[in-house]
Amino acid sequence: MLEIKDLHASVEGKEILKGLNLNVKAGEIHAIMGPNGAGKSTLASIVAGKEEYEVTKGGILLEGEDIEELAAEERAHKGVFLSFQYPVEIPGVTVTNFMKTAINETRKAQGLEEMPAKDMLKKIREKSELLEIDRKFLSRSLNEGFSGGEKKRNEIFQMAMMEPKLAILDETDSGLDIDALRIVANGVNKLKSEDNAIVVITHYQRLLDYIVPDFVHVLYDGKIVKSGTKELALELEEKGYDWIKEEINA
Amino acid sequence: MELKDKLVSSFLAFENTVDVDTAVHDIRSQAIKTFEEKGFPTKKEEAWKYTSLNTVLKHDYSIFPKEENALDFKDIKKYFLHDLDTYKIVFIDGKYSSHLSETTHDKIDVCLMSSALTHEKYRLIIENYFNKVAPKDGLTSLNTAFSREGAYIYIPKNKLADKPIQIIHFSTGNEAAQMLQPRNLIVVGENSHVQIIERHQSLTDNPVLTNAVTEIFADKRAIVDYYKIQNDNQNASLIDNTYIEQHAQSVASVHTFAFGGNITRNNLNFYQKGEGIDSILNGITIIEGKQHVDHNTLVHHTEPNCESHQDYKGIFGEKATGVFNGKIIVNKEAQKTNAFQSNNNILLSDKATINSKPQLEIFADDVKCSHGCTIGQLDDNALFYMKSRGIGEKEARALLMYAFANNVLSSVKIPQLKSRINKLIATKLGVNIGFDL
Repeated sequence: MLEIKDLHASVEGKEILKGLNLNVKAGEIHAIMGPNGAGKSTLASIVAGKEEYEVTKGGILLEGEDIEELAAEERAHKGVFLSFQYPVEIPGVTVTNFMKTAINETRKAQGLEEMPAKDMLKKIREKSELLEIDRKFLSRSLNEGFSGGEKKRNEIFQMAMMEPKLAILDETDSGLDIDALRIVANGVNKLKSEDNAIVVITHYQRLLDYIVPDFVHVLYDGKIVKSGTKELALELEEKGYDWIKEEINA
Repeated sequence: MELKDKLVSSFLAFENTVDVDTAVHDIRSQAIKTFEEKGFPTKKEEAWKYTSLNTVLKHDYSIFPKEENALDFKDIKKYFLHDLDTYKIVFIDGKYSSHLSETTHDKIDVCLMSSALTHEKYRLIIENYFNKVAPKDGLTSLNTAFSREGAYIYIPKNKLADKPIQIIHFSTGNEAAQMLQPRNLIVVGENSHVQIIERHQSLTDNPVLTNAVTEIFADKRAIVDYYKIQNDNQNASLIDNTYIEQHAQSVASVHTFAFGGNITRNNLNFYQKGEGIDSILNGITIIEGKQHVDHNTLVHHTEPNCESHQDYKGIFGEKATGVFNGKIIVNKEAQKTNAFQSNNNILLSDKATINSKPQLEIFADDVKCSHGCTIGQLDDNALFYMKSRGIGEKEARALLMYAFANNVLSSVKIPQLKSRINKLIATKLGVNIGFDL
């Protein structure tokens, strides 16, 4: 599904990713952990197509196709979804209108007709129930005045609406209380299938109790320095990252 | 001959065409003297620092309409709000078009200034209200001197105008260059309510200069909603002078949608004469090319417990230039005044300019006054967020601009008008947004 090869990337001349390799197959969940400043959010933004980052070497393949030259919206049309660490407030555009526009723009790019209003409403109802989102919430301006938890739940609602092939969840657990965390994780698990893949970026093991990864990677100083199974996450939770740093520097 | 000299020397000829035997005659004669003395404003005046009329004044304008021009409704239908039942007062090159208009004298008067200025039955209203709130500056005096035609609207007390009123001025371009000076008088009695939509539209690229004056009186508890659509051709310039006197507990709102034209200058002035008054000034400006829009507002609070709310949004592309100059005066007596002013701008290009200047003169000590001004670009993070959801660059930018202007749009009370403005904005931004905000 997603193949990242020897990826080097920099922003304003500063190299953030320094030869990163990652291979995510359809049907898999990967977790990327690591200390602050390791480049986790940079990786998420680069895959989603943020333009400020310059890829200096290596490449990103989605289903075997090089997507590095594609704009963010074109990547979205091909099934890439990023759940933002800090979702942006857009006053004046309601959640519902935003989703309608996003879905119909994507369908248009895929050569499909606009989704009939009836189907759209049905889908919105289903997916908002999945995330236990109140209907009133959908007619509010996007993210404006939302609590941290509401913003994150709204991100996963959008993911449910967009039905991406590759979803990257950037620190989706931050700002969530335990009940909200369960709802969000439950939503993500329901959306999981043999045809899509999920990359979970997180600081903490907590989320991984609910969204159980097939693989866990440690990102440090712009590279994946260690990979393992879900037990690695538990080890990190217990011992922190210092032992990894020592291993690298040794 | 310079335009000023041409105007002054035309005055006698003009006088011969109108009734000289009225009180208005004296007002006109005085006004032409004032104009002769003061002339057109120049950039040396503080209030005109950022707007120069030089390029506009150099044309050899025809000052009086020479003939009556006719237009077919089907050719100009698009400039009307035609999905809404309204009264219409329509002018073609400054002359009234009875064919396109729909006036009334049934309980309210929605008719012509030329009738009001000459017929005995309107004499009292004219004596009491005509040229009373308008100040004696050069441009307003020029309009006063040549005042003959425009809209006359009189709503007696306790009356609800049963439908909105559209005032539309067309210029046909039959003259190489045309100057127009419409004069409107709107008197709204106690507890009465009126909604007015005004538009100036030139139909060719021949230069047009309009120097309009509108006087509005809102008596106690009256509600006046005035909407100005300014989406004219590239050689049409507009100086729009609006003076509103409000009495106790009246609510007056003016929305100005400045989407095009050559040079547009809005002098919008509210004078509060009573307690419990609310004045609302809202504007959306979306311009590009070398267009220039200048909003010059004044709210004068003279008595206690009044409010004013100003919200102006501007989006400037290419080499467009904008000015916002918002003056609020709070007299010593006007305690407990709440006066708010906000002016937010987005510059889409390095060559676009906005000059924003709040002027607060507050002489009372127990008031709440706030003003805020922002100038920025579209938020890159918001753009990336939308694009990451599959929304293309152009649509994402348009959606953000829509959202930016939305506060102002949401206060438009006529749904058909709101929908029309939405469409105008979409056309301006070159997108098709599948919903109304």
